[in-house]
Amino acid sequence: MTIVGLTGDEAVAYAVKQSRVDIVAAYPITPQTIMVERFSKYVADGEVHTAYACVESEHSALSACIGASLTGARVFTATASQGLALMHEMLYIASGLRCPIVMGVANRALSAPINIHGDHSDMMGSRDSGWVQIYAENAQEAYDWTILAFKIAEDKDVQLPVSVNLDGFIISHSMEGVDVLADETVNRFLRLRKPLLTIDLEKPVTVGALCLPDYYFEFKRQQAEAMQNTRGVLDKACREYRGVSGRSYSALETFEMEDAQAAIICLGSTAGTARQVARKLRAQGKKVGVVKLWLYRPFPTEEIRAAAKNVEALAVFDRAVSFGAPYGALCSDVVSALHTVEESPKIFNVIYGLGGRDIQPSDIELVFNEVLKTAQTGIVKEPTMFLGVRE
Amino acid sequence: MTSTEKSGWKSLPMGGVVLEAGSSLKYKTGDWRAFRPLVEKEKCVNCLLCWIYCPDSAIVRREKWVEVNYDYCKGCGICAHECPKEAIKMVEEAK
Repeated sequence: MTIVGLTGDEAVAYAVKQSRVDIVAAYPITPQTIMVERFSKYVADGEVHTAYACVESEHSALSACIGASLTGARVFTATASQGLALMHEMLYIASGLRCPIVMGVANRALSAPINIHGDHSDMMGSRDSGWVQIYAENAQEAYDWTILAFKIAEDKDVQLPVSVNLDGFIISHSMEGVDVLADETVNRFLRLRKPLLTIDLEKPVTVGALCLPDYYFEFKRQQAEAMQNTRGVLDKACREYRGVSGRSYSALETFEMEDAQAAIICLGSTAGTARQVARKLRAQGKKVGVVKLWLYRPFPTEEIRAAAKNVEALAVFDRAVSFGAPYGALCSDVVSALHTVEESPKIFNVIYGLGGRDIQPSDIELVFNEVLKTAQTGIVKEPTMFLGVRE
Repeated sequence: MTSTEKSGWKSLPMGGVVLEAGSSLKYKTGDWRAFRPLVEKEKCVNCLLCWIYCPDSAIVRREKWVEVNYDYCKGCGICAHECPKEAIKMVEEAK
């Protein structure tokens, strides 16, 4: 076991280094910058055999990555916030052309007003772009999922881009002890990419041809299928990864859900705080639990149903607002997943932590008490709670 | 072309990649025409104004008159409008 002190961003860069990436094209943006800055140092020091393209914008970064990926290369990029927003057009092209690009996203709020701190507005705004979305809770998970992301993206049944999300600053800039694998271990787990198509002068192909109403729909149907295939591929990759790392991953992680009456569902770093509070409440005899989603797209519907089977009430935490929608994105998905279940639990939405607003254990305790009350009364007091905002 | 002649999503190459060079030659684009231009050979003086104005190169030159390539003609009617001899009539496809 080798424990290295790494921030979340550095952990991603370290994983990318071990993943033998052919090409990185990126543009720096807070709080992602350290990912590509650290990686550029690996390139400059000759520690990797990676071509590093410095481009003039995130739009260009992802464009370069798409071209590179289509030649059969293993490709990485990283961004956040406005950078992801600027990539928006190319996100759909990466997934539509079935480029297994891996992207680190240090989640950050979107302007205006301008803010550099962590929330999920950026990636939730790209929700339907056809990218697999994974959310890490800490630097260790960011490291592990980055290696896993290449394995999943490049699987012949997937061939889709994957984003590894980590909360801006909270994870991206916090240094933790990260248990890193040996290079040889990663090499064995993650073989070189075997592209389905490469540049072959004897067999020229056309990529990105115009697709009118008579064909377009079929290609979107293929994408929908590939997204669903991701589920099985991810589970298999996680089982294999457990064998080499001893760490278990899957679509989601549950904490004390077997007999929980009231539970919280969330993404990313908040889960750690939620578990800590749940432990305290459990010691007081309160039956609470936590569900943390590692995988947000494709949405692990069956696993959510299984996890929520016995609960009477749920609070779903969204670190982004979906203006005008019935709920935040995650809560809408949880409600959709559970609406066909008999005796679906009572659900309410908690919008929190926007623009990096801190979430304290006391905030989460307040929500747990509210969920417990909802479980007892069967009545949802407010469908959407804005947690930690001044009135 | 009708949809039954086309492959379904399971058998099409991934991501809209075209695996064959020059396959656009097989792609006929004249299937959504609402009006069909009909050339009356007797009236045609082979001035080729229709050939010049056709936005889709769908006018085919013959020695003494013109014909229309219906595989690509979209039925815009510019040829009929420009013809100085009223040798081209637009007839509804349904008829």
